[in-house]
Amino acid sequence: MNISWEKIIDFSDYGALLELVHNSLYAGALLGLIGGLIGVFIVARDLPFAVHGIAELSFAGAAFALLIGVNVVVGSLVGSVLAAVLFGILGNRAREHNSAIGVLMPFGLGLGVLFLALYEGRAANKFGLLTGQIVAVDNPQLVSLAAISIVVLIALLVMWRPLLFASLDPDVAAARGVPVRLLSPVFMLVLGLAVAMSVQIVGALLVLALLVTPAAAATRVSSSPFVVPLLSVAFALTSMVGGMLLALGSSVPISPYVTTVSFTIYLVCRLIGRVRRPAARPDVEAKPAAVAEIV
Amino acid sequence: MDDRERAGDHGGADRTVTPALRLTGASLAYGTRRLWSGLDLSIAPGEFVAVLGANGAGKSSLLKVVLGQQPLEHGVVEVGGRPVRRGDRRIGYVPQQKGLDPTTPLRARDFVRLGLDGHRWGPLFPSRRVNATVDRVLEAVGATAYADAPVGRLSGGEQQRLRVAQSIVGDPDLLLADEPLLSLDLNHAAAVSALFHESRLRTGAAVIFVTHDVNPVLPYADRVLYLANGRFRIGTPDAVMNSTTLSELYGSPVEVLRSNGRLLVAGGAAPSEHPHAHQHEEAS
Repeated sequence: MNISWEKIIDFSDYGALLELVHNSLYAGALLGLIGGLIGVFIVARDLPFAVHGIAELSFAGAAFALLIGVNVVVGSLVGSVLAAVLFGILGNRAREHNSAIGVLMPFGLGLGVLFLALYEGRAANKFGLLTGQIVAVDNPQLVSLAAISIVVLIALLVMWRPLLFASLDPDVAAARGVPVRLLSPVFMLVLGLAVAMSVQIVGALLVLALLVTPAAAATRVSSSPFVVPLLSVAFALTSMVGGMLLALGSSVPISPYVTTVSFTIYLVCRLIGRVRRPAARPDVEAKPAAVAEIV
Repeated sequence: MDDRERAGDHGGADRTVTPALRLTGASLAYGTRRLWSGLDLSIAPGEFVAVLGANGAGKSSLLKVVLGQQPLEHGVVEVGGRPVRRGDRRIGYVPQQKGLDPTTPLRARDFVRLGLDGHRWGPLFPSRRVNATVDRVLEAVGATAYADAPVGRLSGGEQQRLRVAQSIVGDPDLLLADEPLLSLDLNHAAAVSALFHESRLRTGAAVIFVTHDVNPVLPYADRVLYLANGRFRIGTPDAVMNSTTLSELYGSPVEVLRSNGRLLVAGGAAPSEHPHAHQHEEAS
């Protein structure tokens, strides 16, 4: 048991390690920002399953890129954008495309496994795509991640308000002139970019911990449209950067750290939510007698 | 019964005023199935029109036409003297009560605010000016007490009040309501109907109110548009909601009974065409 603990938590030579991984920390911070923001819409649009599906196809794309020796970021981008567009075509509502995702996802994962099996390079590369990697972020990769982040960030900020309206109340949004049908595929495209980014760092299997858990936790403790995104970003940043710092000294992939921090935040938020808002809220509805006053 | 009884009338009010809504020779068809045709209807500002009829008679489709989401087969439809277009912000819209998710990241006031500026691009920021407008509307619908409560945790009646607030916060000329009383109990149905009436008195907006039950809006409706079997009748509630007119419309005996000021429509039609058969189904 002693040996395993050192593998999991080891803070010796921490300063030197920090030097080595500062690129990854920047990447993690970017990812926290993007994941926290886009998560608000993933939760509002009920898309966690689609995110999972996109991640698996992104993994297949990355594995294929690894196999044929091209840039892995490009491979994962192609896979994830392709998946996002496919899911977008298959239907706007979660119910319409859930079974389609369920069909496509294992196929993508199977392809990915095939490509990895055929790949004869470093095994760490293989494992990293599924469960995340920390040291592998080099300068060109950081630049490409930053470029994608900027595109995603600008797109999200520009369509924030109508997208929120369309996600929470599509019928009224359409009546008020929000281009609901246009926003849906555009959002899926942006989501594809964000997922491709996340796959690079946290791995395909665990993107949900970054893209869904922080926003889901935030909606448990607040219902203000201004506070929820801020909290979600704070939670995602804490999970991502905190998880990385914890993982630094270990020889274990970073994803268990990120998911554990993220899950802990979610649990605490649920508890706080439970305490602050009891399930049964007293009905403060105006009585019929009050109608006379209004009229 | 009166001069506004039949199709082809030109609105009950002043003819020099631009109608809030005008349909001329309008017909609507999905593929080969024609829902209604030859519909002439002119609704004056401030007028309250209840739209009734069997399920599938094209009540909700009429609203889709006015919203510019469904083209007419023939005819012309104008809102405030101009052809309809998608996303016309002179129109306020209240859909069926569907129940929002409890984790919806909006408070009651944010939900109402979306009806004011939710269509604008860019991020959502708090705004004092918007808050003042929203506060006024919340007060008008009697929702001040839960202005800062999470909208997804409010009751169906409270959410429908907020939907009314959301529809009037942009100060529209025309209010469209699509079965807004569905799944509300009698008290709340009466209260929400009263809110529409109060709104039109205050703002002068015309109201088109689609409902399967005329009773909650009976005190307020100036006219009733009754759609059935591809035909329709327009007129005052008394002129339309009687046994003779409805029997003629359905082509089979229908009896309209009065009991304690409430109207009961009992049809002799086949079950599928029973005037109230749709009460037991979700309207499409």
